[in-house]
Amino acid sequence: MKIMVAIKRVVDYAVKVRVKPDKSGVETKNVKMSMNPFCEIALEEALKIREAGLASEVVAVSMGPTQCVDTLRTSLAMGADRAIHVESSSSDHLYPLNVAKLLKALVDAEKPGLLILGKQAIDDDCNQTGQMVAGLLNWPQGTFASKVVLDKENQTATVDREVDGGIETLCLDLPAVITTDLRLNQPRYATLPNIMKAKSKPIKKVTPEELNVHIRSDLDVVEVSEPPKRKAGVILSSVDELIDKLKNEARVI
Amino acid sequence: MAVGVILRAFRLRKPCFSLLETTTTRFISTLVLAEHEGGSIKSSSISSVEAAKCLSKDNSISLLLAGSGPSLQQAATHAALCHPLISQVLVADSDKFIHPLAEGWANLVESVQKKDGYTHILAASGSFGKNILPRAAALLDVSPLSDVIEISGSHQFVRPIYAGNALCTVRYTGESPCLLTIRAPSFPVPASEPRSTAAPITQVDLSTFGEDILKKSRFVKRSSQESERPDLGNARIVVTGGRGLKSAENFKMIEKLAEKIGAAVGATRAAVDAGFVPNELQVGQTGKIVAPELYMAFGVSGAIQHLAGMRDSKVIVAVNKDADAPIFQVADYGLVGDLFEIIPELLEKLPEKK
Repeated sequence: MKIMVAIKRVVDYAVKVRVKPDKSGVETKNVKMSMNPFCEIALEEALKIREAGLASEVVAVSMGPTQCVDTLRTSLAMGADRAIHVESSSSDHLYPLNVAKLLKALVDAEKPGLLILGKQAIDDDCNQTGQMVAGLLNWPQGTFASKVVLDKENQTATVDREVDGGIETLCLDLPAVITTDLRLNQPRYATLPNIMKAKSKPIKKVTPEELNVHIRSDLDVVEVSEPPKRKAGVILSSVDELIDKLKNEARVI
Repeated sequence: MAVGVILRAFRLRKPCFSLLETTTTRFISTLVLAEHEGGSIKSSSISSVEAAKCLSKDNSISLLLAGSGPSLQQAATHAALCHPLISQVLVADSDKFIHPLAEGWANLVESVQKKDGYTHILAASGSFGKNILPRAAALLDVSPLSDVIEISGSHQFVRPIYAGNALCTVRYTGESPCLLTIRAPSFPVPASEPRSTAAPITQVDLSTFGEDILKKSRFVKRSSQESERPDLGNARIVVTGGRGLKSAENFKMIEKLAEKIGAAVGATRAAVDAGFVPNELQVGQTGKIVAPELYMAFGVSGAIQHLAGMRDSKVIVAVNKDADAPIFQVADYGLVGDLFEIIPELLEKLPEKK
């Protein structure tokens, strides 16, 4: 079985983002970019499944501008066997619906038994792509996974999902789509020898046109603004003072 | 093949569609996907109705419920009375919907939409809505919008991006329907007079419902933490502990404090990862988003990802021994000190819940 993992290049999670003065978006020039943390977890899970002998190949895919190749290179250094880069010129309009259609086209071509994605990208915070591609493929979905157990004989995946109020366990027939939550695993670091080795691993380039996917935009960004600032607070000196403030000033207790 | 030809024909006729749209924009009809538990509608689903109200003054709002048996019928009765603006309650009663699986729900939404042609479809952005709505959007070939916090017109919305560090105003320019998940704390339901007459309840016709996909996904089990405390998502007060609590044993102090003042308990990712509490208590970008009247953070540093989940709280109190902790930049009231001394003192001096 082949596993396909979708990878997104995003502004590093530790960066405090700045809104551009013209309100057209968030400053991404000269800002540290990395692999989306949930995608790292997705890749780690795919690698673990391969190492357990349940999959033969891990293919990492990414959509976007040329620099996505760097992120794909990182995924190869972590252990992916090969990568596919869907290069798009109008990267700004790659909304989840478009990404899901591109992924579907890649799945149709590569025929993986499992597609793993992160549950959300930490830049647009959409939490949509996995569900959408599952819908397009008519595959079952296991979203927000915190545990994945594959059964090779029955061709099923048992997935523990983090849902409101607890954990839900589902059993999905393969092929299936899984999206990863933070607690699924601890992603590995790429070692230097593996980074060197990754340089000789293949990255195939395709365009949306070659995949017959029309990139459509259903959404117009009107403006991006800073969230309202909270007014400065005060540092108090004692518990008594805190209780007094909560009672008489804020009136919340 | 024939389908392809018809679809192409539709695409060619697109200009005609947009003409139709301009003349009908005033008619807004919304389908709200509702979650129910123990025979009543969840409050986040009622918040979705409140959000639907903001789309247009003349909005015909239908509530869609699925499930099976007496608890569904009970929930339907509750739904028919739960909000003055609900014009009808649609009920899909079948064994297929005993568990709210995305595969069945998305097909259900698609078939209801194909029949009734709503302009908008809404759900609260809990794990239920986030799981189902994007799948339904893909089946309908439209782009959904997640986590909407403000509705400024039938097709213009505000949603947070980058863990709440920027707000994005988006105009939906795609075809009908427009699919949204909304952040329930941003659309609080005012206490209102209960409506005197119940909205009509209609059964959804499931005779043509596609079943193939339903067999591919099976519910196994669900484990949940039973708790007497209020639900984290809509509690009036939330008491949160972070890594500073040091152990699961110490975290019990947070629980005790919460119990005393009638608050829900929250946690940071660090506290969850360290095993102090189960992960459904996590507040933040990837956990729950809360906006209570009072948010008390103990031993929480205030990482970007945590602030994303609580920055809209009305009053924020932070207790931390590190005076430079970022949490103090958003706190209305800060106490710099050892929480192992401060919590017991609060336990002693805070008034009991009303």
